[in-house]
Formats: sequence, structure tokens, C-alpha cells
Amino acid sequence: MKIEDKKRVLREMVLHRRFEERCYQAYIERKIGGFLHLYPGQEACCNGVMEAARPGHDYVITGYRDHVHAIKCGADPKAVMAELYGKETGSSKGRGGSMHIFDGDKRFMGGYALVGGPFPLAAGIAKAIQLKGGDEIAICFLGDAANNQGVFHETLNMAALWKLPVLFVCENNLYGIGTSIERSTAVIHQHKRVAAYNIPADECDGQDIEVVYEAARKAVDHVRSGNGPYFLELMTYRYRGHSMSDSRGYRSREEEELWKQRDPIFILRDRLIKEGALTMADYEALEKETDAYIENEVIKFSEESPEPRVEDLEKYVFADRETQLPWLTGKAA
Amino acid sequence: MANIMYWEAIQRAHDEEMARDPLVICMGEDIGVAGGTYKATKGLYEKYGPLRVMDTPISEGGFTGLGIGASFLGVRPIIELMSVNFAWLAMDQMFNSAAKVRYMSGGQLTAPCVFRSAGGAAHQLGAQHSARMEKVFMGIAGLRVVTPSNPKQAYGLLKSAIRCDDPVFINEHELMYNMKGEVPDGEYFHPLEGSDIARAGTDVTLFGYNISVHWCLKAAEILDKQYGISAEVVDLYSLSPLDRAGIKASVSKTHRAVIAEEDEAPVGVGSEVIAIINEECFFELDAAPVRVHSALVPQPYNHTLEKAAIPDHEDVVKAVLKLFGKA
Ligand SMILES: Cc1ncc(C[n+]2csc(CCOP(=O)(O)OP(=O)(O)O)c2C)c(N)n1
Ligand SMILES: [Mg+2]
Repeated sequence: MKIEDKKRVLREMVLHRRFEERCYQAYIERKIGGFLHLYPGQEACCNGVMEAARPGHDYVITGYRDHVHAIKCGADPKAVMAELYGKETGSSKGRGGSMHIFDGDKRFMGGYALVGGPFPLAAGIAKAIQLKGGDEIAICFLGDAANNQGVFHETLNMAALWKLPVLFVCENNLYGIGTSIERSTAVIHQHKRVAAYNIPADECDGQDIEVVYEAARKAVDHVRSGNGPYFLELMTYRYRGHSMSDSRGYRSREEEELWKQRDPIFILRDRLIKEGALTMADYEALEKETDAYIENEVIKFSEESPEPRVEDLEKYVFADRETQLPWLTGKAA
Repeated sequence: MANIMYWEAIQRAHDEEMARDPLVICMGEDIGVAGGTYKATKGLYEKYGPLRVMDTPISEGGFTGLGIGASFLGVRPIIELMSVNFAWLAMDQMFNSAAKVRYMSGGQLTAPCVFRSAGGAAHQLGAQHSARMEKVFMGIAGLRVVTPSNPKQAYGLLKSAIRCDDPVFINEHELMYNMKGEVPDGEYFHPLEGSDIARAGTDVTLFGYNISVHWCLKAAEILDKQYGISAEVVDLYSLSPLDRAGIKASVSKTHRAVIAEEDEAPVGVGSEVIAIINEECFFELDAAPVRVHSALVPQPYNHTLEKAAIPDHEDVVKAVLKLFGKA
């Protein structure tokens, strides 16, 4: 990666980290409700892949751990936070919540709460791209445990059969809630499961963004050149519990410490310092700036935004009735 | 009588039945080492080991089918679906295999399994984690559906479900696991069929099940104290089959009916109860029965919208007052 890109991505990753940590705090303060799944530890995955792809142009879909993916695609952090606050200005107008961030304009096709649900949706998006003849690709980010849904295998088969332009990114953080991968899955290395479908698959370190970027470039090139699907597995770790109610009793603090020594942000930061492109003082200033932005803009906006109106409870259930009348009444001209 | 929580009652039923019969097993996501999302299987993994307390992969269709297959050979699996929202993925096996195998094999094969799942709207869990799905299960021939409203039922219904040779779906509620109540000290089997009179009354019958029983009880209290209306609360803990005789008996006594459900109205418990009233005791009615139900929307995340979408005891009170021409 070019130095300038690395500096920009470091800035983004710091925002992603601080944004998530601020969510944690807001949840404790009961500003955010429902389920909240945070991303710290895994930043290099989303960032590395999307640096190789074209955010805002390529279509992205994921599960419930979705804030950072949305922001990386170009969603406004203010709108994402306002969504978590349940406000009318939120990315889903307060109707979706943390697990359902959407930004259609930025081609972020959403966060979904059912494990494995996005697999076939991603393939369907790829089918539409194929039909329309664009140069976009579909990118599906999901966890390791999701691969135990039958629909994973069904989707791989169809994607390979029809040569669909879809990149499956497996963020293997070794756990599905409180069950470690060796207790739930017969094969630890997920890319091996894909081989049977004749889909090229690769695995790499998910903590070093440059490693992710190189592997993702190969993957994205493959898919964008019309060769059909690709599966990329990134070995990573989530620092926090699965969601806010998780006290992490199923893993040791030593294991967590070991992973924190390979922190994706610090790896990039230290490399930039070594390359002479950044000083520790620069980095510290960046953190401060980021926090100030989150506090003064993102949080402020979310706090001050209005709630949805109760009269609008049934808005968005169906298309605007007026626009559908010819078909609803059978009086199409 | 011990005063214990809903989850403890469920845990106790598991434990007693597993201690009694080595072919009773349980399976589901995070039920073993983690002790269950709602603690309903706490301590069982340590006691009975991984062969009988199975932490499953996130493969609802797969492990539900696997449990049903094991039940063909006499194993009694208690299959936990972490949330009813995920039960959609298991329904093919539940409906097409478990519910039908006895009939389509002319009685040769049976599927004596128990499915347990947490339903209901909790706090701001959003559109894909707030489903109430009783009605989806109720209409399936060959499947029994029960839904406990208190720890005694939670314990006794699970005990009976494990012993019963039919497949039984037990619909629990996310907000009720910490609710306390009296449970008999000795072994107790709640009937899988029938209904309970949760409070006797003479002027109107409030039909509820699971969480809505508690709205009805609260409403009955208010109606009695503030309006001098005596409400009978009937707890329809068995949703399939519904207790036709119990419904008829109560309506024949009070001549008025309100049905409270957390679910949306269409094709629901309320519609079914009203149909039964029509069929069994239409001429006993002094007024048209009323349904209290949620709005027909995917559950909104926003707290205020969520509250607006889901009914509560106040809506039950309002419905009764309307029935009596007092509102
Ligand atoms: C169909 C379905 N089953 C179960 C769940 C409950 N659940 C939510 S996340 C999760 C674990 C998923 O793990 P993984 O795919 O590895 O993703 P991670 O959370 O680690 O990013 C489970 C079991 C669900 N949401 N949907
Ligand atoms: Mg995982």
C-alpha cells in the first residue's frame, strides 16, 4: 500500500475503533438499546478488503456486527450513531437499530441478524450485477460460525455454478458467541471447506492490513475479471464479548492479551513510524482529534436529533399506497 | 412449594428427566458449556456430559432434524432454539418430519421430541429478533403447542412434554425467565391440554396466554378496583389444541370476551378463539368479542415506536371499558 493510503486508513481505523468504544459507553448510559455487537480487534479485515475493492461502488452485505462496514462504505458516522440512538435521522430512520444499518446510496446493503442469512442475498446481488452487466462485485462479510448453516453450502454451489461475481470474506475470530470454533466446527480453517465447490479460496492474517490488502487484491481481481466467486478467510479476534451481555467466561484473559499484542491499529501505526511517515505525537493527536469529532459532531448530532413520530409507526411497512394504486385496485391503464 | 424463577423451573425439569432416563438429551446453541442464553440448561453439561448435553453448531435446520431422527429410535431430545426468530430455519424439519411422521407411516414411527424456544418482544431487539410466532406453530396437525405463563407451568409442561409421545413445541418468553413463582416441591406434571383459570370472575372473560396473562391479571385488578367490573382471566397455556370446553364454559358464564395477544392480529390466537366462541356458544354473547393485539409492523427498534406497537394491560382495560360502553 502507498504511504498516503496507509496514513488515511490509519485515520479511518482509529475512527472505527473509537466509534465502537463510544458505542459501548453510550450503551452503558442506556442511550443505545437492544443488542450491540462491537468490532474492535477486527478493523484490518474490513479495511484491508475494502481498500482493495471500491467502497460505494461495490455492493457490501454483512451480519449484525455492521457499523464499521457501513462507515467504510461511506455511510456518515453521524447517521450510524443516530440509528443506534433510535433517531429519525438515523441510517434506517431509527427503525432498524444496531443490527440493521443500511445505506442504499453507498451500496451498503445492510446488516442482518440471522446468522448465515446474507450468504444467498450476496449471491443474488451478484446475479443482478451479472444481469445488468456492470463492473461491480458483491462482497459478503460474515463470521466463521455462520459457515455451519446449510445455506452457506447451498450458496457456494450456486455461486460457482453460475459464476457469480461475489467475494465471500470470512472473518474468522475463532468464536460464535461463547462456543469456540473447535467445539462447533469439524474444520478450523474455513477455506478448506470451500475447495469442494471449485471456488478459489485463501486464508491470511487478518490483523496486518497490508497482508489483508494483498490477499484481497488478488480476490477482488479474480471476481471483477469475471472468473466467478472467491472465498477469503481472515484470521482475527474480537476483543470485546460477542454482545453486551457477554462476560467472556469461555476464553482466557491470556489468550486475549496474546491477540492484543497483534493489534491491527498498532501494527499499522508502528510500521508508519518505522517508515518515517508518522510520529507517536502525530498518532496521539489523531486519537484526540477523532475523539473530539465523535463527541462534538457524532454524539451531539445523535443527541439533538428528533425521535420518529408515533403517527409514523406504520410508515415503511409497504410502498407508498398512492404509488401502487393501479395494481392494488386492478385499474392499471 | 418453592418460590423459584421461570428459568430455574425449566432447568429443574430438564435435570429430573435427564437423571431418570438416560435417553433424555438436550441440544442447542450455547446450552452446554455456556449454560444456555437464559440459563435454562445451567449445570447440565457438567452433570451429564457432552454426549447428552450437546452444544450444536449454528445449524438450526440440521440439528433439529438430527434430534428428530434420534427420536425415531426412542431418544427424547429437548431441542432448544435460542430464539423463535431462528426457529424459521428449523420449521421444515419440525413440520414436515416431526409433525407428520406418525401419520404418514401409519403409526409405525413417532417423534417424541420437545422443541423449546424463546419468543416475544424484549427490549428494542429490532425486526429480526422480536417475533411472536405462536400462530405459525398452532395450525400444524401432529404438533402440540404449549406456552407457560409462570414457573409452575414452565416446569410441569416441560415434564409432561418430555414424557408425551407426540412432538411438543414450548413457546417461552424472553422477558419471563427471571419471573418468580411457586412450584410444587414434588414431581408435578401439568396437563398438556386444557386451560387454567388464573382469576375467577363473572362479568367478562379475558383470554391470555404466556405474557398476556399478566396483562390480563393486571387489567382485572384495575377493572375490579376502579370500575367494579369482575373479570375472569383464562390462561390458554395450550395453544394447540385450544381448550374448546374451557372457552365455552367461561364465556357462557360471563357473556363477554376479550382476547389479549402480543402477536399481530391476522390469523392469530384471537381469531381462533373468536371462531371457537362462534361455534360453541355464539348465543351466550352479550357483545361482540374484542381482540387486543400488536400493530401489524416489523418490530421497530426505536423505544417509543416499539411501545406503541406492543399492547399492554392498559389496552386490555380500554377494550373492556369499550365493551361495557364506558369509553
Ligand atoms: C439463525 C440464527 N441462529 C442463531 C443466532 C444467534 N447468534 C447470533 S450471532 C451468533 C454467533 C455467530 O458467530 P460468527 O458467525 O462466527 O460471527 P461473529 O459474531 O463471531 O462475528 C449466534 C449463534 C442468530 N442470530 N441467528
Ligand atoms: Mg466468529
